[in-house]
Amino acid sequence: MKLVIAIIKPSRLEEVRQALNSLDVHGMTVTEVKGYGRQKGHSEIYRGTEYAVHFLPKLKIEIAVDDAQSDAIVSAIRESAQTGRIGDGKIFVLDLLAVTRIRTGETGAAAL
Amino acid sequence: MTQLKLPKLAGLGALATLALCLPALAQDAAAPVAEAAAEVATIDTGDTSWMLVSTILVILMTIPGLALFYGGLVRAKNILSVLSQVFVTFCMIALLWVAYGYSLAFGGSGEGGLVAYIGDFSNLFLGAVTPDSVSGTIPELVFVVFQLTFAAITAGLIVGGIAERMKFGAVLLFLAIWYTFSYLPIAHMVWSGPGLFFGMGALDFAGGTVVHINSGVAALVAAIVLGPRTGFLKEPIPPHNLTFTFIGACLLWVGWFGFNAGSALAANGLSAQAFLNTITAPAAAGLAWALAEKFTRGHASLLGAASGAVAGLVAITPAAGFAGTFGAIVLGAVAGVVCLWAVVTLKPMLKYDDSLDVFGIHGIGGIVGAIGTGIVAAPSLGGLGAADYNMAGQLGTQVLAVVVAIVWSAVVALVAMLIVKAVFGGARVSESAESDGLDISSHGEHAYNN
Repeated sequence: MKLVIAIIKPSRLEEVRQALNSLDVHGMTVTEVKGYGRQKGHSEIYRGTEYAVHFLPKLKIEIAVDDAQSDAIVSAIRESAQTGRIGDGKIFVLDLLAVTRIRTGETGAAAL
Repeated sequence: MTQLKLPKLAGLGALATLALCLPALAQDAAAPVAEAAAEVATIDTGDTSWMLVSTILVILMTIPGLALFYGGLVRAKNILSVLSQVFVTFCMIALLWVAYGYSLAFGGSGEGGLVAYIGDFSNLFLGAVTPDSVSGTIPELVFVVFQLTFAAITAGLIVGGIAERMKFGAVLLFLAIWYTFSYLPIAHMVWSGPGLFFGMGALDFAGGTVVHINSGVAALVAAIVLGPRTGFLKEPIPPHNLTFTFIGACLLWVGWFGFNAGSALAANGLSAQAFLNTITAPAAAGLAWALAEKFTRGHASLLGAASGAVAGLVAITPAAGFAGTFGAIVLGAVAGVVCLWAVVTLKPMLKYDDSLDVFGIHGIGGIVGAIGTGIVAAPSLGGLGAADYNMAGQLGTQVLAVVVAIVWSAVVALVAMLIVKAVFGGARVSESAESDGLDISSHGEHAYNN
């Protein structure tokens, strides 16, 4: 099993969700995060005091998937989250050791 | 107003100025019971209703107007501390006003002794005032509570200069001392019949000197003595909720009609002119600030427009009942630009952490307004004039009052801060308390629990 972690632009969430739905992925966890890579921040001015804001708002999506599906899911996320401009984000894939469904106690692939 | 000839306008202005000192005279003429019936007959219910409404408007300016205006400008971890400081200061000053403030500000009569500088203790806990006492055309109690709201908001303004780093008890003690030794004497000198500047003919319709310069300078001194917030000029300390600041600014503007037009102490043409000036001056100032910001910084910001409007309101405060319509617009526009400069250029240049720009807007705006009043009052400029008005002389008087107020307030603020530091073993909270935020460290509360 794999844990797919994607950092995307907040405005792309709906597209990513629909793309994942069409691959039969029906669960995900979304967190509001801040970050930057190559995308520069911006400056804000309040009554003459200027602040350089380095961190930009992003969304982190975490999905637990089957090994077999992992590549397709990464492609789907990449295509739906892409805008072509700097700051589109990154996708990480980690090995997932164990999964348990809390309600039923199922484990492994049945719990995905 | 346009149908009245200029001499009559000047006379009206003089009458209005005179009306401001009637409360002081009324206490000397404490009428025996036999004349109570005749005194009651002189109350104008229209004037009284308006003054009661004005009082409510000024209360709204402080709670929640000023509280929210300031609250939105600080970090989320400190909003409750700002709201608390403004709110509890209001409560404290309200009681201190009734206890001895009114007596010291508006008491005293005749000449000699210290009566040019301060009133007396003849009216402690309003002992000499009854519901039947009259002041001009309104019950004296109405005048008492109207003036109470002025004292309270003036003290509340200072909270802006010391925000996010001062011990709560220290804030209250500092403001109580400053109110007693700076607000009361200056209010007395400017607004009370025997007062030094009243006698000199200084024009301050609703408190440019008494309220704005007084508090602006005190906030500056306190901010300097206290030292800057940790991280000032090194890390961003942006406002956490400009929406609150906007709501606060609007409440301030609307409430200011009570502040300025109510200072006519009557519902008449003078209050109407003051009312109109209280729209045109801030409108001009808000636009001026926004335009200037657009040209110098690239954006016209909401905070800029709102701050500009407040600066215009500050500047028109001393001039509200003396400026004509055009004079008010010009004064507002000038204040908008000058205060923008003070906040954007002067403050970073001098590196003081007047967190919420009390000096930049109230102090500098008050100075612009107080001196500007001497100019826009000129009948030749459409102003309402004053007794024996000539511009050069009036300007001299205005400047003198401004300078004395600045020095007086600064010295009192300095001494008050030193006393408070000694009493509290330092006026600042600890570094960890400041870092955790005053809401949790001073008040045991968390504003946003979701």
